[in-house]
Amino acid sequence: MPSENSISRRGLFMKLGILFNGLVASALAAPLVGFLLSSVTRGRAGAYLSWVPLGRISEFPEGETRLATFRNPYVAPTDGKTADTSCWVRRVEGEQFQVFAVNCAHLGCPVRWFAQSNLFMCPCHGGAYYQDGSRASGPPERGLFEYPYKVENGLVTIQAGELPTPGSPTAALFGKKPPCAG
Amino acid sequence: MRRLITEVGEWFDRRLQLAAPIREVVEHPVPRNTASWFYVFGSAALTVFLLQIATGILLALIYVPSASEAWSSLQALNHDVTLGWFIRAMHGWGSNFMVAIVLIHMVQVFLFGAYKFPRELTWIVGVFLLLMTLGMAFSGQVLRFDQDAYWGLGIGASIASRVPIAGPMIVKLMLGGPIIAGATLSRFFALHVFVIPGMLIGFVCLHLLMVLKLGINEWPMPGRLVKKTTYVAEYHELTKRNGAPFVPYAVWKDLFFAGFILLAVAACALYFGPFGPTGRPDPTIIQTAPKPDYLFLWLYGLLSYLPPSMETPALLIGPVVVIAFLVLLPFLSGEGEKSWRRRPIAVLTILLIAIILGTLTHLAGYTPWSPHMNAWSGDPVPQQFLRGSTALERQGALVFQVKQCRNCHSLGESGGQRGPALDSVAVRLTQDQLIRQVIQGGGNMPAYGKNLSPAETTALVAFLETLHPRTQAPARDASRDMVLGEERDRRQGSQR
Repeated sequence: MPSENSISRRGLFMKLGILFNGLVASALAAPLVGFLLSSVTRGRAGAYLSWVPLGRISEFPEGETRLATFRNPYVAPTDGKTADTSCWVRRVEGEQFQVFAVNCAHLGCPVRWFAQSNLFMCPCHGGAYYQDGSRASGPPERGLFEYPYKVENGLVTIQAGELPTPGSPTAALFGKKPPCAG
Repeated sequence: MRRLITEVGEWFDRRLQLAAPIREVVEHPVPRNTASWFYVFGSAALTVFLLQIATGILLALIYVPSASEAWSSLQALNHDVTLGWFIRAMHGWGSNFMVAIVLIHMVQVFLFGAYKFPRELTWIVGVFLLLMTLGMAFSGQVLRFDQDAYWGLGIGASIASRVPIAGPMIVKLMLGGPIIAGATLSRFFALHVFVIPGMLIGFVCLHLLMVLKLGINEWPMPGRLVKKTTYVAEYHELTKRNGAPFVPYAVWKDLFFAGFILLAVAACALYFGPFGPTGRPDPTIIQTAPKPDYLFLWLYGLLSYLPPSMETPALLIGPVVVIAFLVLLPFLSGEGEKSWRRRPIAVLTILLIAIILGTLTHLAGYTPWSPHMNAWSGDPVPQQFLRGSTALERQGALVFQVKQCRNCHSLGESGGQRGPALDSVAVRLTQDQLIRQVIQGGGNMPAYGKNLSPAETTALVAFLETLHPRTQAPARDASRDMVLGEERDRRQGSQR
């Protein structure tokens, strides 16, 4: 009979067995968790922040705001139409543009442009924005999200690819002065 | 024949050895007064849950969890597959019934003090069951991959992104990538079909086990207080003295109610049909006004009434406080009075919550906070506002429509309700105040100074000044009258 302090042979084997399983589990955890978190950790910022063309500069008359659509640079085979995205393109004058995300800065509903009153209005909770994207009224805390743009060889291109949300790191980017605006 | 059945039964029981424990469960004594119609909601929730599992499996035979094909597979279910529409309708209505019954069950348990000692853990598991039920309702809405689902996900992502520091990571984890797309639908499918149901089944078993082990809550008598030291003995005494076997004494009401609920779900499914899907989940179609399902309408309403500065704290801290309160409730009042007749604050709390949720849901039904996107081009200016008007005033009415004022302001009860109705605005504001309001905005109205020419502003204000009831004079600025009057007198005097 083993005394209270000593470890029996079988007790030791059981503990070794638990230890062995613990080691295997932690070794397997790395790929499992890695897979689960891949949508966060994947260093694809370069892929989905590449420049996407919206159209020729002549398609956007000066002083007007038009709806443009683009195919997201980050696309998977099963995405279907969901990889297509709209944005509002305002050509201020010459090569000076503002490209707004359609997503309201409040909770992301699609805002609509009213050329007669020069306002963007949101159908969800009544947010309204002026033509330059600044907040006019309603629940949004800030103006519309703006994509960085550039005009190259007569093509208007933007850096899009991420759903703009109030907290996204690109939201700060969206507020940045466009690289080629004067 | 009978002997054969008995022999087969015995053959199985010698191997399974389940007959004795089942008999124990079936015959366990319950207090006689718990055989009440108030005690049927738990079993009804379980019944609807089983219905959801059955109809859910049937739907999964056809449904394709792919962003490019989910919508078409739902159309096929609605229109091509035999009785597909009915199974979808049963599943959709089953979901509404399940949330409703779980909530009613919770209110009953709360008002009957059933969360008190020794049933604290039963209550806490129940709180998690409620959260999972709501999670099923939300993820189910996502699987109905239509416009509402797409933009609803955007709203979810916008809320999640407000979490400090981790927000953007949570959004990517939730969406499965930088945008709402195929990966998003796939992970909500996994949640709705594997993860949450698996957890639900486990938690339901725990919940039931505790109901059996601890006994059903006795009918609360005003003045009979719960004490941790004596309660268990008192309860056993009660079931011994005044108890009856669960089967058949109490179970028949559960059976009748469960059957009635199943019939009600089927009746709603037959009469109202399946939910959606609405338009294709195509983000380039922006002519849409997304709305959540009925159960989440109150939240939609709340989000438009919270002031911007309070929104993020309320969205992030609110749920944590509510869940923490629900979990801690049995520890905050684990003893004492059970009867709702002597717990006025409990009753008032339930009434208050019901009124708040009811009011917000009602408001979200007609969204007075949203502009009516087509009012400017669609709603005519009622005749009575144009009768006898001058050319300038009519020009003003045109400006009023063309500049989309009507989208937020109603005339003759048609138009938006975001801003005040303008039927009698001239009684409230003087000419100067009208001009200032139009040009500078304020009080939640955008400034129109840059968008209106002076001539348009003059015409618009001329029209607005005519908007007053015939029996009420328009507001006027007395001091201005006086100054202008003196000036007129002086001019007239000098002319003389």
